[in-house]
Amino acid sequence: MATFTARMAPLLVLGLALCLSGTWAVDKGNFKTCEQSAFCKRQRALKPGESPYRALLETMELTNTRLTLQLINDNNKVRLLLELYRLQGNITRVKINELKPLKPRYEVPDVLIREPTTEPLSVLSQDENGVVLSLGVESQRVIISARPFRLDIMEGSDVLMSLNSRGLLAFEHLRMRKDTFSYKVTSTVASVWDNIKRVFSSQADPEAEKKEEADPANQAETTKEEEEKVEDGMWEETFKSHTDSKPNGPSAVSLDFSLPGVEHVYGIPEHADTLRLKTTDNGDPYRLYNLDVFQYELYNPMALYGSVPVMVAHSAQRTTGIFWLNAAETWVDISSNTAGKTVFGKMLDYVQGSSETPQTDVRWISESGIIDIFIMLGPTPKDVFSQYASLTGTQSFPPLASLGYHQCRWNYNDQEDVKSVDAGFDEHDIPYDFIWLDIEHTDGKRYFTWDPHKFATPKEMLQGLMDKKRKMVAIVDPHIKVDGNYKIHNEIRSRGFYVKNKDGGDYEGWCWPGSASYPDFTRADMRAWWASMFAYDQYEGTMENLYTWNDMNEPSVFNGPEVTMHKDATHGAWEHRDIHNLYGLYVQMATAEGLIQRSGGVERPFVLTRAFFAGSQRLGAVWTGDNAAEWGHLKISIPMCLSMGLVGISFCGADIGGFFKSPSTELLVRWYQAGAYQPFYRAHAHVDTPRREPWLFGPENTALIREAVRQRYTLLPYWYQLFYRAHVTGEPVMRPLWVEYPQDLATFALEDEYLIGRDLLVHPVVEEGARGVTAYLPGKDEVWFDVHTFQKHNGAQNLYIPVTMSSIPVFQRGGSIIPRKLRVRRSSTCMEHDPYTLYVALNLQRTADGELYIDDGHTFNYEKKEFIYRKLTFANKVLSSVNLAPDAKFTTDSWIERIIVLGASKPSKVTLKTADGQEKQLEFDFDASMSVLTVRKPGMNAGADWTMTFQ
Amino acid sequence: WLLVCLLLKLFSAVEVQRPRGVPLSKRQFYEEGKPFTCLDGSRTIPFDRVNDDYCDCQDGSDEPGTAACPNGSFHCTNAGFRPTFIPSSRINDGICDCCDTTDEYNSGATCQNTCRELGRKERESLQKMAEIAKEGFLLKQQLIHEANRGLEDKKAKLGDVQGSKKDLEAKVEALRTVKEAAEQPEREAKERHLKAWEGKLSFKSISPSTVCNDVSVPELLSHSELDPDADGSFTEAEAQGLLGGVDKVDTAAFESIWSNVKEKYMSEVRHYTSFFFLINSKFHVKFILFNFGFGICFRNLEKEISFDFGPSSEFAYLYSQCYELTTSEYIYRLCPFNRVTQKPKFGGSETNLGSWGKWAGPEDSIYSVMKYEHGTGCWQGPSRSTTVKLTCGKETVVTSTSEPSRCEYLMEFTCPAICQEPPNLEISSHEHQEL
Repeated sequence: MATFTARMAPLLVLGLALCLSGTWAVDKGNFKTCEQSAFCKRQRALKPGESPYRALLETMELTNTRLTLQLINDNNKVRLLLELYRLQGNITRVKINELKPLKPRYEVPDVLIREPTTEPLSVLSQDENGVVLSLGVESQRVIISARPFRLDIMEGSDVLMSLNSRGLLAFEHLRMRKDTFSYKVTSTVASVWDNIKRVFSSQADPEAEKKEEADPANQAETTKEEEEKVEDGMWEETFKSHTDSKPNGPSAVSLDFSLPGVEHVYGIPEHADTLRLKTTDNGDPYRLYNLDVFQYELYNPMALYGSVPVMVAHSAQRTTGIFWLNAAETWVDISSNTAGKTVFGKMLDYVQGSSETPQTDVRWISESGIIDIFIMLGPTPKDVFSQYASLTGTQSFPPLASLGYHQCRWNYNDQEDVKSVDAGFDEHDIPYDFIWLDIEHTDGKRYFTWDPHKFATPKEMLQGLMDKKRKMVAIVDPHIKVDGNYKIHNEIRSRGFYVKNKDGGDYEGWCWPGSASYPDFTRADMRAWWASMFAYDQYEGTMENLYTWNDMNEPSVFNGPEVTMHKDATHGAWEHRDIHNLYGLYVQMATAEGLIQRSGGVERPFVLTRAFFAGSQRLGAVWTGDNAAEWGHLKISIPMCLSMGLVGISFCGADIGGFFKSPSTELLVRWYQAGAYQPFYRAHAHVDTPRREPWLFGPENTALIREAVRQRYTLLPYWYQLFYRAHVTGEPVMRPLWVEYPQDLATFALEDEYLIGRDLLVHPVVEEGARGVTAYLPGKDEVWFDVHTFQKHNGAQNLYIPVTMSSIPVFQRGGSIIPRKLRVRRSSTCMEHDPYTLYVALNLQRTADGELYIDDGHTFNYEKKEFIYRKLTFANKVLSSVNLAPDAKFTTDSWIERIIVLGASKPSKVTLKTADGQEKQLEFDFDASMSVLTVRKPGMNAGADWTMTFQ
Repeated sequence: WLLVCLLLKLFSAVEVQRPRGVPLSKRQFYEEGKPFTCLDGSRTIPFDRVNDDYCDCQDGSDEPGTAACPNGSFHCTNAGFRPTFIPSSRINDGICDCCDTTDEYNSGATCQNTCRELGRKERESLQKMAEIAKEGFLLKQQLIHEANRGLEDKKAKLGDVQGSKKDLEAKVEALRTVKEAAEQPEREAKERHLKAWEGKLSFKSISPSTVCNDVSVPELLSHSELDPDADGSFTEAEAQGLLGGVDKVDTAAFESIWSNVKEKYMSEVRHYTSFFFLINSKFHVKFILFNFGFGICFRNLEKEISFDFGPSSEFAYLYSQCYELTTSEYIYRLCPFNRVTQKPKFGGSETNLGSWGKWAGPEDSIYSVMKYEHGTGCWQGPSRSTTVKLTCGKETVVTSTSEPSRCEYLMEFTCPAICQEPPNLEISSHEHQEL
């Protein structure tokens, strides 16, 4: 989908249209730089130095699992309350809020899956300079220094992470606006109240009281000085023609983190940038503010559609993570003491032994809310993934079919069009599972309705797809047409469910339907109502094979500031400013809940979202928004999805072919090939582009695309079990090489290749006219097998692979067993009962292992232990299948039709022994030139116990 | 009787023993009990491995009746209808593909045998199409005849026009003399001169419409000097105004319009005081119209003669005709060999969906598709274009329009000119094949 400019341009004045048509780049002027965002500018103006904050150790309270401590800003005497928790699984939580805010500050709900389990903390030592706490595990300690306040997390003698070591903690306390009458009255009352409180609290807080009283003159003076420093943008801010009224005044929070020994940081999606985050000293910080960016530009830190405020830091020694739980506009600065150094310079340092430890410094700035951070201490990448998963949950387990191929276009014009595209796939023998309908399918952009002429009989259409075991997705956006004849609008309005503008009326903005209002998805009652609208009797014309796509949920407001909602709009007690980055998550949450409810809780939902936040991984799939048909966009799809995977969102993909513009045939084919090996596999195109269904580019290209899609389908069992694992453990499906080879420095910045699970290495061709690619095969002790030729390659080498238009370089790791279904059919559902082929790739030790997960593919019954989960092991010339979940029950018709052993030697006989004790000799083929052994038709059920001996 | 006979034979054909999914034509390669050699010759396997649900042959030929080979194909006999091959991946996938249900023998899918019904329907529609083709083909013969006559006429007319142009040029020269005379006279003589001028300037005598067929709005539009209000933009409405409110006029109508034009200029020119100016203006206008008229005549005739109207000029009758189709939103208009337009039903300006480009059918039937190109440009996209697919029909009519891709239109158009001589339908060829 697109932004305002793309779709509404015909309505605009010619001048604007002309101006836009000339270029295909984002109009940066529509979006704020840090300099243009008042709080970012204010905060960034603070330079590292001595922090004005001091820890009042005498206020420290320690219960079994919770430590609290007051911090005081010596400049303005405003006190903060610091809370520190030790959480289960090696996580430290630090919360900082005002001790006595004028009114409550926003704390993000609904993102953590539960109140995290705490673990005991204990004081190891304490003096007037600070406190040392034990973190329970190993030799990990937290040192709280009092003056100035800083916090260091140590392991042995190593500092793992320091907070406020650069003195950038800043907490803009809520205050009264002083030029108003109400301020004067209230401040007088407040000061009287403060005096009263002081009298009563002096008992509890004698030390602090003494200090404050010791120098009252000084205090008064600094307070006065501070109060007078009213800067532009504190109480009102104007960007382009939009004014933000800021009734609560300044409320930003900021904190710095130092990461000694770290040169590589990742995460904080969504940015169209490299996998390894760059230093931001010479430009803007990375911005996290969900925005509908028209024709986004590559390799810059501008905000995009979604935000996950999680950063992962990695070095050969350790992996850690920082989760900054704040849903307001956020900016992240990164600097490094080695950033400016050349490789030679670093080498010189090393040789001379003079080098300071490399260190990365990070600083987070948010516009409102509180500081609530989770420090995930690893130490391995997978530990960080499970730590983060323990906080915000894991990837939802998608229906198997949604891992197949999706055919989308803005728009399939009518039922006839859908029918003929569907028939086109059969005619050209290309599998697909979902066909998608964009906004034009509705009756005048009224979601939950169908165009009465073009989609007059939707059930007939859906039944037609169901007869072919295929499915459909229709779009449901969160902007609701303001129209008195539209049921959805009337209901939301009469229930008072709309977001309100600053004056208390229903917020209205401009979007696809024209004037539109936005339901307040932060309300649980609103979400429950929204979910109920997906019931088959409410959402007319729907059936169980119709799923949902939430677009424009940043939210996109064409005539709003930065194409989104005004920050002074309100969601009950909170401003939009506080919740902005959460809105999209809530939309998807309510929608997914609707799909679950309509089936009585039986069926797994499938919902695609464009906007997202921490926790969105629990709700469905995410795509990288409105990309373009350019080689650069194909290339960046890899680091963009890798970045999301690192912070929990595994179900990621980019529009195949590119949304804007029209791809060359070569680009389209390469994109189909690359996309076949990315988690979410959907082709999509802008309404103004020519048709590009896979068969429109001549038989040769049709064949290339068919082959790419078929490769995807043969691997669906592997994708499915990886998603099951992601769902259970939180580890990403598509992952950077360093996740599996954490000590191999050569992998730390790789972003043109990646791993699917642990066992498949993919290096797609993403360059125009490529004659070859150079893939890095990691692991000194590894061997890798080309999955197409079965050629064996040693690890820890850069391998040049000549490519033709049909090449998709993919390698299977020696030591792994990957199940495939080689009988590719019309859709994944048609393949349900088909047999498996096991690809056993032997490592240097001549062993291998893998898994096989099978369930019904679409219900929640797996939660009731209705699945098959088996461990496949090859060792000592015996291949066996062992039940990993003996308490689970499921039966399958699928059987094992073939076993292919890569790197094998020729056996004299192969014997299968099944659970009933029967033995039979199996026929096999051995290809000596490639050392490939193929065992013919062993025939055992995929859910059974068996062993196969190669003598 | 023949049909019954054929059906009986078909049923007996099914009885012929052969492995599942093998067509009769390949029956001899699958000999029961004898080792089977893959059809590509790559290897030989025991016969019990044919259709044993494991793919042994690279070419998939050992599993014609199962889904085991990724590249296999399955033959449905479809008795009563048309036999066909389906990819073997559609065997037992729970979806009924063969009308005789033979592809779903082990999937639990409940399929109905629909072959007879399909066969009946197909025969009916073939019959219908044959009738249409027959009648259409007859019409086509007439069209060819008329076209050939018309072409000769036009060639002759072109010669006439060339002749009369010379003739008229002489007359104009004479008028110029009159005009020059009129510019010289004394004031009191003006009335007389004017009358003389008017008298000699018989519109009948110089109207180009005597030799032209039609004058249309687009043609007028290319002559901005005819702009009635001379405001620099000569609109379609203004051009229509000149033509008396229609898009196009024929010879007879042009006469009256010609005098309208005259009146219009007379009345406007009366505002001016100078009599000489009046004479001047009138002469000017007429001179332009004179040249203009002949210009069109030449262009039109030359253009028409140069068009590719098909191998026997059977499409010539479409020239200078327009055909409309009204949908829920738009009125589409196809003017063959000219252009395609779209106009909103409820007001709004007309959009050009492309001007005549070329015949664009596949090599073996190039006249089955017309391509209209370079229409009004699209925002951030190409200029609009329309593909017109021609099918045989008795009537000449636009049957549907769609916009499969933004700014790329597709029109279905039936006309007799595309009809082919219908084949002899007595024996259906595919049934032959199977026997």
